[in-house]
Amino acid sequence: MIIQELIFYAYALVMVLAATMVITVRNPVYAALFLVLTFFSAAAIWMLLEAEFLAIVLVVVYVGAVMVLFLFVVMMLDINLDPLQEGFTRYLPVALLVAIAMAAEMLMVIWSKGRFGADAFPVPAPNPAGYSNTRALGELLYTDYLLPFEVAGVILLVAIIAAVALTLRKRTGIRTQDPVRQVRTRREESVRLVKMKSEKPQGG
Amino acid sequence: MLTLGHFLTLGAILFSLSVAGIFINRKNVIILLMCIELMLLAVNMNFIAFSRFLGNLDGQVFVFFILTVAAAEAAIGLAILVVLFRNRQTINVAELDDLKG
Repeated sequence: MIIQELIFYAYALVMVLAATMVITVRNPVYAALFLVLTFFSAAAIWMLLEAEFLAIVLVVVYVGAVMVLFLFVVMMLDINLDPLQEGFTRYLPVALLVAIAMAAEMLMVIWSKGRFGADAFPVPAPNPAGYSNTRALGELLYTDYLLPFEVAGVILLVAIIAAVALTLRKRTGIRTQDPVRQVRTRREESVRLVKMKSEKPQGG
Repeated sequence: MLTLGHFLTLGAILFSLSVAGIFINRKNVIILLMCIELMLLAVNMNFIAFSRFLGNLDGQVFVFFILTVAAAEAAIGLAILVVLFRNRQTINVAELDDLKG
């Protein structure tokens, strides 16, 4: 039991520190990398909550795909950081005020007596050996949640098409290959037969 | 002993941090997108904690769908960001005032 608490506090500390760095660091590349660290710690804590499948999905999909996409975009754009940073100190007090007020309100609700403590929500027994979280989730997903699952697939398809359609552009004034014209070329366009008399060598 | 309150506290702190991030980085669209991702992560944390302590897997299915939608949102958001930068050479939110809203 004590080892679980140690793991929880270690990863929670790393997670909160990394999240703080995400919102305060100057360079967006570093922010993206700290966000990766946050996601990793979150995955570890989800593992502690016995949500193994989602922990792996978080690492594979988020760290592997979404954050790499973020890094690509951050590195592709040539951003002038100076105007983006102004107002950082100006808005810091109000940001701290709002954040602390929100956190205090939520914590007051969470830790008020008999709400989310051990007596209201007793700690569940760990899953038996041989229990597969992925299997249980899959059985739920392909029966009760089949329609939402299909809709999620459609949403991803829409996202693909939207992203491609948004960033697609026709550039003029550059040399490109036109495979259709290349394939349709005919003999007359490239070969010219010239009829001429044979020449005699000079000076015999 | 780890109770539900511990995990909810972690989610609450994470959510507050991302709200603070939206306040102090209100000019940089990339950081704003990252803060939205952090917020979704905090929400997902609560969903999974409740799913575990209520012994109900439906919460995890919800997290699955949230991850799907968040991935789609990130892809479209970043595509809009690229188009924005191509047209304006800036991603400063303060300069995006064409709609005069």
